[in-house]
Amino acid sequence: MPKVYFTPEHEWISVENGVGTVGITDHAQEQLGDLVFVELPAKGKKVKKGDGIVVVESVKAASDVYAPVSGEILEVNDAVSSDPAIVNADAAGKGWFFKLKITDEAELSGLMDEAAYKASIA
Amino acid sequence: MSDTDNKVLPLKKLHEEAGARFGVFAGWSMPITYPPGVLKEHLHARASAGLFDISHMKLILLEGPDAASVLRAACPLEPEKLADHHSKYTLLLNDDAGILDDLIVTRLGADRFMVVANAATAEQDARILAEFAGGWNCAVTPLDRVFLAVQGPEAIDILAKAGLDLNGLSFMQGIEPRPGWFASRSGYTGEDGGEVAIPSDEAETFARKLLSDSRIQWIGLAARDSLRLEAGLCLYGHEMNPEVDPISAGLIWAIPKSLRAGGPYRGAARMAELAANPPVQSRVGLKPEGRQPVREGTELFAEDGSRAGIVTSGGFGPSVGYPVAMGRVRATLSADGTLLFAEVRGNRIPVRVHPLPFFPHRHHKG
Repeated sequence: MPKVYFTPEHEWISVENGVGTVGITDHAQEQLGDLVFVELPAKGKKVKKGDGIVVVESVKAASDVYAPVSGEILEVNDAVSSDPAIVNADAAGKGWFFKLKITDEAELSGLMDEAAYKASIA
Repeated sequence: MSDTDNKVLPLKKLHEEAGARFGVFAGWSMPITYPPGVLKEHLHARASAGLFDISHMKLILLEGPDAASVLRAACPLEPEKLADHHSKYTLLLNDDAGILDDLIVTRLGADRFMVVANAATAEQDARILAEFAGGWNCAVTPLDRVFLAVQGPEAIDILAKAGLDLNGLSFMQGIEPRPGWFASRSGYTGEDGGEVAIPSDEAETFARKLLSDSRIQWIGLAARDSLRLEAGLCLYGHEMNPEVDPISAGLIWAIPKSLRAGGPYRGAARMAELAANPPVQSRVGLKPEGRQPVREGTELFAEDGSRAGIVTSGGFGPSVGYPVAMGRVRATLSADGTLLFAEVRGNRIPVRVHPLPFFPHRHHKG
């Protein structure tokens, strides 16, 4: 079973076998409003925890999505760049942005579990 | 800044009932979006009708035998040529012909004019108009009103069913339908519709009457902005500010021909110089070639790499289905179809100069 962690910046990361799948939370997509453009990182790119690596643009504004942990981008979800509305419809599922090979799983210990995240936005 | 520092709309309770998400604009706590979200709100206004609370904007009444003279001194306007119940878009300029605000002036009678000013500049405008009125027989009175815009193809019918019939008016005409009320066939979306100023104690009843019509829904400021941008309309603080003259802002059409090279109004001397030596910038529509929006403040470059200008408003146009923007560019680069590049996060995005509006106006010309 993958384990899911959350950041204070409203990203989620689902971890299984040292690979993390990253997206934004339903709360985040609701705050951003209808997305019209998503800029994904290049496959193979090495990212550090806290780097802004995805840009999501709503009708009104552009926002960064940060890497929850350090790692190397293995795969990106081209479906969301061709149809950003997927993120609004299913942020926690089909609206994922990228998968990365996690450099150091110890970095996950600084993140929240679902209960803590939900309390943080309540 | 906490919410208590911001001005609160008189109809706040109605917006809360509708599930509005509030944000701060020009010192006001304003509904930015409602539960449908900016895309659906925008499309609803174009397909049916939207209700906008624009009470942050200010109505200023000029009244007295010298009211026309005051306006002639304050604005590049020929108020004496304005027929009763007709409106004109005009500007308030500083001595350097920089734009202090854009206004809509409606003549309500021989000695009576209604001025609609922007929120951020309302106090300044009232002060300037009062200064011009000094020594003249003209009272300048800012009014406390709830101000609602109803916009869209069904707007006029919905207003009529709510008891306010504007069918007899054409675009840019206004009346005082009841004591303390002001209504005009106008708006800032490119659609047919009206703007209605209502005394505060009558406003909730009228708003609820409008909302009881299933064809209308509240529209927030976010969609108001995307609607006006698709319609190619300028917004104070974006396309115009005190550093920008009417020619560079692409607003020379708002000045009567006889006043473009000078006149009795403030800023006229500088306008005469600009007429002799036109500025090198002009306002254009911009269409990014891809899906990526270009935002306000983005720098623009010509094909040869030289600086071309700047984006003044940018976002996504839900009705046209592509990103839309306006900007100020070197006049030599302002022809439709000209290829420019917008620098976004280190990348140069191709954009083309595009005719305005992006979405055709559907005003009622009568």
